[in-house]
Amino acid sequence: MLDGRSQIKRKLPPRLILSAGWLILLGAAAMLAPWIAPKDPLAQDLFLGQLPPAWVQGHEPGYLLGTDSLGRDVLSRILYGTRLALTVALLAGSITCIIGATLGLLAGFLRGWVDIMISRAIDIWMAFPPVLFSILLIAVLGPGLTSIIIAIVVIDWTRFARVIRAEAMTQGAMDYVASAQVAGRTRLSTMFTEILPNVLPTITVLLTLEMGIAIIVEAILSFVNLSISTDDPTWGGMIAEGRTSIHQAWWVLVFPLITLFLTVLSFSQLGEGLKDRFDPVLR
Amino acid sequence: MSESYAPNLYQIDNLRLSLADMTKKPLVGAAPRLEILKGLSFTIPKGEILGIVGGSGSGKSTLGRALVRLLEPSGGSIKFDGKDITHLPETDLHPLRRRFQMIFQDPMSSLNPRHRVGAIIAAPLSLHGLSNPRQRALEALDHVGLPRGFATRYPHELSGGQRQRIGIARAIALKPDFILADEIVSGLDVSSQAQVLNLLETLVKDLGLTLAFISHDLSVIRRLCTRILVLHRGEIVENAATPALFANPQASYTRDLLDAIPLPDPKQVWA
Repeated sequence: MLDGRSQIKRKLPPRLILSAGWLILLGAAAMLAPWIAPKDPLAQDLFLGQLPPAWVQGHEPGYLLGTDSLGRDVLSRILYGTRLALTVALLAGSITCIIGATLGLLAGFLRGWVDIMISRAIDIWMAFPPVLFSILLIAVLGPGLTSIIIAIVVIDWTRFARVIRAEAMTQGAMDYVASAQVAGRTRLSTMFTEILPNVLPTITVLLTLEMGIAIIVEAILSFVNLSISTDDPTWGGMIAEGRTSIHQAWWVLVFPLITLFLTVLSFSQLGEGLKDRFDPVLR
Repeated sequence: MSESYAPNLYQIDNLRLSLADMTKKPLVGAAPRLEILKGLSFTIPKGEILGIVGGSGSGKSTLGRALVRLLEPSGGSIKFDGKDITHLPETDLHPLRRRFQMIFQDPMSSLNPRHRVGAIIAAPLSLHGLSNPRQRALEALDHVGLPRGFATRYPHELSGGQRQRIGIARAIALKPDFILADEIVSGLDVSSQAQVLNLLETLVKDLGLTLAFISHDLSVIRRLCTRILVLHRGEIVENAATPALFANPQASYTRDLLDAIPLPDPKQVWA
């Protein structure tokens, strides 16, 4: 009973290649920023303020994407900003995922009072306006990387918990769970070996989505000046600064915005692409 | 297989089972209990193939799930090989679980879609600490007439009949004394049905199994079973040897069921 199914080689989906490619590029930029950045991101030069990018009349050599109103190199600042953006994305995304998915899995699979407590917590949590909540949190915790990560985790764990709970409930009703019980598997072991592989594709998609969201939240907090100290370049901070000089120097706002946009898009597409490629049921 | 002298593998006395009726649950307080099994008493002797028939909602699946202790009865007792398992907690049940296995109705639901076939069959073996689970899983595949290469496949890559064979392989791999087969051919086409039934018949003989076969289809039951239990609304309306039941049905509900069998020649009746 041989057939050709095992011979079929699936091509990598283009969106996986594109999104992973962009993110790998960003990762490299973040790690190599001190070596590849053409200028010091903090060096000001008031004589070179608001220089346009290299293909526009009036540019200076060496400033590929122009300078901001204080004469700082936009490209260098974007490269250095990548470090913070990716740190926040990876740390905040994974911690949120682990906490939210675990609670969702417990609630959806064990049901009973565990479910009641977690579900009520989710309901109450989601009634807070998220941006105001995060601003309040940062105000209490004080600005800094740790505070941003805590704020994102505290606000967004419900995103995972809700979806994974629903998914775990559906999977929990399947006969393979009953079958595991007949085989003598304990409830907790069933949750990890039977249910988890079936919610993993959803977790992957949510995780990458959350990494994108974490970057946006960091940008929003930078925009309202509640992120890291104002000296360190962040994409959100650059966008906020660029907004004030949008009529004279559009590039200060546009380039970090494009980088942010591509990064968030890549994260969301990465999740879908990974699911398409590696989920055995879809293959 | 077993060392004990009890002639009956299962002894069921006045078995009652009720579940909470969530559709009638008041806002505050407990939901009313819905009585599903209303005091069943019967035995399953070793080596018997017992057919359990009844219409929808007759309680046949609930009875089956109580036999393998997926459900805990609310009254009466279930004795398995002389040991009372009615309210046995899961930890004490664990060593016995190896001895009663179950094949499910829908293999699409009962086989984990994200595990490979080999892992699905081997998992119960390693849970019970048997040596060489992988090797035994491959032997189980031989037993149900599937090529060993299927061990690396996922369930969705197989046909309906092949999937049900995997369910059978998983149950027999543990070398149990008793297997519950819950509507295992109702999702299959006629030729796959025949193949799966033939396979089951052979396995029961070869491995000396005791089998409870749940179905709503009397013609399938007639082929396979030595004795038939007819359930109606949670009660046993008839319990007779297969030839006797077909020749001389006692309960009117049994006669209704017999009349419902589609015959190749409508003028002919069951002799």
